[in-house]
Amino acid sequence: MDWLSPQEWSAVALSLRVSFWATLFSLPLAIFVAHVLARREFLGKQLLNGIVHLPLILPPVVTGYLLLLTFGTRGPIGGLLEQVGIVFAFRWEGAALAAGIMAFPLMVRAIRLSIEAVDPKLEQASATLGASRFWVFATVTLPLILPGVIAGAILAFAKAMGEFGATITFVSNIPGQTQTLPTAIYAFLQVPGAENSAIRLVVISIVIAMSALILSEVIAKRLALRVAGR
Amino acid sequence: MTLSVTLRHSFPDFELDVSFQAPAGVTVLFGGSGSGKTTIVNAVAGLLRPQSGRVCIDDWELFDTAQNRWLPPHRRRLGYVFQEGRLFPHLTVSQNLAYGRWFAPKNAKRENRGRIVEMLGIGPILKRYPATLSGGEKQRVAIGRALLADPKLILADEPLAALDDTRKAEILPYFERLRDEVSVPILYVSHSASEVARLATTVVALQDGRVSGHGPAAEILGDPMITPLGARAAGAMLEATVFAHHADGLSELDAGGARLLVPRIQHDLGKKIRVRIAAQDVILSRNAPKGLSALNVLPGTIAMIRAGDGPGAIISIDTQAGRLLARITQRSVAALGLTNGAQCHAIIKTVAVAPEGLGADFSAGAGTQPDQAY
Repeated sequence: MDWLSPQEWSAVALSLRVSFWATLFSLPLAIFVAHVLARREFLGKQLLNGIVHLPLILPPVVTGYLLLLTFGTRGPIGGLLEQVGIVFAFRWEGAALAAGIMAFPLMVRAIRLSIEAVDPKLEQASATLGASRFWVFATVTLPLILPGVIAGAILAFAKAMGEFGATITFVSNIPGQTQTLPTAIYAFLQVPGAENSAIRLVVISIVIAMSALILSEVIAKRLALRVAGR
Repeated sequence: MTLSVTLRHSFPDFELDVSFQAPAGVTVLFGGSGSGKTTIVNAVAGLLRPQSGRVCIDDWELFDTAQNRWLPPHRRRLGYVFQEGRLFPHLTVSQNLAYGRWFAPKNAKRENRGRIVEMLGIGPILKRYPATLSGGEKQRVAIGRALLADPKLILADEPLAALDDTRKAEILPYFERLRDEVSVPILYVSHSASEVARLATTVVALQDGRVSGHGPAAEILGDPMITPLGARAAGAMLEATVFAHHADGLSELDAGGARLLVPRIQHDLGKKIRVRIAAQDVILSRNAPKGLSALNVLPGTIAMIRAGDGPGAIISIDTQAGRLLARITQRSVAALGLTNGAQCHAIIKTVAVAPEGLGADFSAGAGTQPDQAY
């Protein structure tokens, strides 16, 4: 990869790694939360809904700062985690945490919509045939929402790739350690004569984003056909 | 095995308060829309939790408010055939069939899958997906899926309502076979008098959330006080044996010694069948009629007269063949001087034959298209 400088290359690689782990870890939780929001009635449902959507409406800097307060080494959760050797602040893991939280509402929304599109009568039929709640979900709901889950995951991945504000606030912009694609572009733009580096990363961002979008369309379409049984 | 049901539940605009027993065979919950049929089935299935009541199969309690016991649907060992089939669209027919069996207890009696596939005639479509099936095919798969779950109780909520007459005629025999071959109770919701006449062992007639009549099919259908769908749908059900086939295209039935002529039916001599005679197809005469085109005249005694809200009245007549219902005007009741215990002749315009068992030829009627036998 000689057309990319080591710093550019490490920013791309780090962004891919951060987005991958952010998506992977938030996916199960997002499916669970989406299912709860779509199918259950309980006290405080609106509150949960609000908390899930908070990162979407708060300024990302605020989210990043809140993360720093709670997950920083002197924060209540960060302090506890440090004792078992897990540190988020100013590490790439922290960038993954920030990206995951910022992408979470998008993922939940996509999955919740697809769960609401599943006919509850099919889930009832499954229950009368002996499936417990878990098995109803695993054998009927999950297969039927798979296109929505894929779409939500890819949307979240793309969002994680582009996360800037919360990331730079929480883990700063350390080349080779916490510098992701967008923060690298920002850094290059601050340095006179580094526009070419910035432009190369911009092109790479566009390519990754477009490929993700096309890939998700193709997969979702195929799955939708299979789910409809054709 | 017997299913016992006692339920009470208040909805904002509807009160359900029922109690009945369903022995082996088909128990039809019979009533118009809004009578509470589906609510009862869903409560038995556990899809709805009633305010109070008790549901048990023999001494196995599915639900009992007195003991605060409520089994969730998946632990009730059901086979529920829904009106719309509700096959899983992402699974093949074969996988749909396997679905219930997968969750059945490991020590459950294994219904022979091959036998059920053959009985329902779904062998050729096992690899297909539900989206490519016809309505009748879907319903047959749904029946198979319910049976293969090795249920302790089969529920069917108007399983034929979404089908046209041809498809209905295609599915009905399978329920007849279930009734005759399966030992578990079958709770079957219907608002169709002809389905009731054809399938029911026991009838629970429902009106406005209450049981208006409960008993063997012939008894309930022959009782003018219990007409869940109003006088227009009233009719009697007779048991008959195929007695002779005549060269002029008619078949002769023996009903308790009385003879009935119907258009040729494709049953062997000696075969027992059910005959439904709608009340509006029966006219009454005080004297033995002469010079009439009607072939079937049964002498009898009037057992009950029930005047309706309109100009009509329903008359029950005990004949040699069984109890018949006739729907005539109140003016005719007065003109003929009909009273309880009076002798009269029932003249039957139309006999709708509801053939039982398999190999029935549906061109002969099946109750959905009554034959004309003048």
